[in-house]
Amino acid sequence: MSGSLFTQDPRTKARNAAERRFRAYGLGAIVIALLALVWLLISIFSAGLPAFRQTFLTFPVMLDAAQLDKSGTRDPAQLSKITTITYSKILGQSLEAAIAAKGIDLGGAKPKQVADLISQESAATLRNAVLADPKLIGTTMDFSALASGRIDGYYKGRVTMESAALDKNTSPEQLALADKLKEAGMLSVRFNWGFLTMPDASDKRPEAAGLGIAILGSFMIMAVVLVLSLPIGVAASIYLEEFAPKNWVTDLIEVNIANLAAVPSIVYGILGLAIFINFAGLPQSAPIVGGLVLTLMTLPRIIIPTRAALKAVPPSIRDAALGVGASRLQTVFHHVLPLAMPGILTGMIIGLAQALGETAPLLLIGMVAFVRDFPGGLFDPASALPVQVYNWTQRGDPGFVERASGAIIVLLIFLIIMNTAAILLRRKFERRW
Amino acid sequence: MSFMKLSVSTAAILAASTFAASARDQIQISGSSTVLPYATIVAEAFGENTDFATPVVEGGGSGAGRKKLCEGVGENTIDIANSSSRIKQSDIDLCKTNGVNEIMEVRIGYDGIVFASDIAGPDFALTPADLYGALAANVAKDGAIAANTAKSWKDVNAALPDQALQLFIPGTKHGTREVFDTKVIEEGCKATGAYDLFLAASTGADDDAKKKDAVAKCNELRTDGVSVDIDGDYTETLARLDANKTAVGVFGLSFYENNTDKLKVATIDGIVPSVETIAKGEYPVSRPLYFYVKKAHIGVIPGLKEYIQFFVSDEMAGPDGVLAGYGLVPDPELAATQAAVEAETPMAPLQ
Repeated sequence: MSGSLFTQDPRTKARNAAERRFRAYGLGAIVIALLALVWLLISIFSAGLPAFRQTFLTFPVMLDAAQLDKSGTRDPAQLSKITTITYSKILGQSLEAAIAAKGIDLGGAKPKQVADLISQESAATLRNAVLADPKLIGTTMDFSALASGRIDGYYKGRVTMESAALDKNTSPEQLALADKLKEAGMLSVRFNWGFLTMPDASDKRPEAAGLGIAILGSFMIMAVVLVLSLPIGVAASIYLEEFAPKNWVTDLIEVNIANLAAVPSIVYGILGLAIFINFAGLPQSAPIVGGLVLTLMTLPRIIIPTRAALKAVPPSIRDAALGVGASRLQTVFHHVLPLAMPGILTGMIIGLAQALGETAPLLLIGMVAFVRDFPGGLFDPASALPVQVYNWTQRGDPGFVERASGAIIVLLIFLIIMNTAAILLRRKFERRW
Repeated sequence: MSFMKLSVSTAAILAASTFAASARDQIQISGSSTVLPYATIVAEAFGENTDFATPVVEGGGSGAGRKKLCEGVGENTIDIANSSSRIKQSDIDLCKTNGVNEIMEVRIGYDGIVFASDIAGPDFALTPADLYGALAANVAKDGAIAANTAKSWKDVNAALPDQALQLFIPGTKHGTREVFDTKVIEEGCKATGAYDLFLAASTGADDDAKKKDAVAKCNELRTDGVSVDIDGDYTETLARLDANKTAVGVFGLSFYENNTDKLKVATIDGIVPSVETIAKGEYPVSRPLYFYVKKAHIGVIPGLKEYIQFFVSDEMAGPDGVLAGYGLVPDPELAATQAAVEAETPMAPLQ
């Protein structure tokens, strides 16, 4: 017997209830995913944003000729014998003199504690400036020095008066003095371009550590991957899709490509170490090797979407081209490839984005290294963004925690830009039949 | 797999076309993660103060570094291996088979191993015997071997705080673990009398085998969750301590010195670990740190000898040097090391 349409029988009720439950599960899944994402972003951004701001000390530095050039000849060979240790002394003395000139009470801080306000990196910066222009010796110049990591941490909330009392590397007197300097305008917190341009720094100076080499290295690696995997990947896809006979050999290749796309990336690292470094004799830690290894890893991930894009071009296009007398090569290059290009580019960009975030294969080819000189070419040692994150999380100084999170933010921004470009390209050029 | 072949051959062409042109002008260093911070500090200062390129320093562990050093001679092999334990005969043999005949051993100083807990927790005054009683699977109880059932530090030693037992110790892949085993666990094992009991119970063929067996028994640690192996770095141990405020963790002295606002260090036999107490030999848990240089590369890789000289100079590794400021315990025999570096003396065979 069928009941009224207006009153639900038990079966309908059960079915409707099942649907409501399913919707609730789906919504729940999305909410959990979103909460996890929000939590991740909040934790990364709250830890990493301070890396983009840095504390600087500005004061006049008296470049004493008696200490820097005893011979008085300004001979570059003699000047380069003066090490950063002397330059840090000069910086410390100058800061002390500047504090005295402003009439600021040291508040019990000893000369060494005053000198320790300045990052050791600044001594190297000053030395390079003097060596580049020996005329500076004997003059007084205004100098903007990085403040040491603990002082910087104080203005970012990482170091407090309580923790400073227990900390061997700083003291409450030092922090109190820093506050006075801030009032006098000698200490300021401003945007930190150095984080994006400077090289990595040792454990003694987290305040000076930057992503310069890592960003450059990542760009070099991406350039190698792009230059190699675009032609190879597209050529392989076109051949397999348009020209290759359908037999068991091509079937086998197809299965292999699908499997290779799923191979863990560390395997490519082992392969790269064996082939490129041990066999071909390429240098360690070099972006060329990183690029080659990541090319191997990216190729199957590019071939699959490229073939899908070629397959999506309707056969009628090919038939029409062949019908008016075009050769198969002309058909492919004049008609099929241009129509498939948006899909290919999207696949390419997503493949590159994956390669950009890859760490494991780079571990094995010596890219997780302390590199401080900017690479002059593809064969010089460099770092890469994801391995720089890995590197910094292992450092002992707490100042590196914010650096690591800051590097993650930079990496995320690059990935978002690449993925947005992929989406925009697809939106703009995609054709549906 | 046509694309694989294609890319490999592309690589080979690239390599062939540029191999001749690529002369390495920076030193490459790999090895111990304990020595890594010291090596980066020296590398940085070396690059700043000389005309040579800044050396490239990699971590990866002492054993892995020595293996890489022994891969052979040539520009695509490393020049220096950092190591937190002495080179082994097996490494030297591997080196020999690959043509690396002369290795220089450079001892840069000592590293202290400290026990630390959360800054807000109680003070710990430990002895190796206490640590053995806390960690060992079997302990001596009333003159017999019994399974360790201690739940609190108070159960181990009535003078210790009544706090649940939980220790984070370095995993077996770390060089630190070796020192921890010999200088803490085995010492504690002997001090508590457990060693003698193990020795008496041992069924080894001769005295040597019996001793070996007893030492192995000493090194059996609890598997009920009291002792947790940390395979990561000290940063991981610190994070675990942060999550579990009543635990005690094992750190390197330099790591502790950079985190004194978060950690409270335990005394061993009443001695507070510091650069001074370790240098004097009062604090018992310490070990030498080394690096090994491939002698064939001196004069080939620019700046290699200068780097080693710079590393062992008084300004760096000396008692008032930069590295002592970061927690490296200076070597009292540094002058001898400096002389050996100057003369490029290769290391003598291991005893």
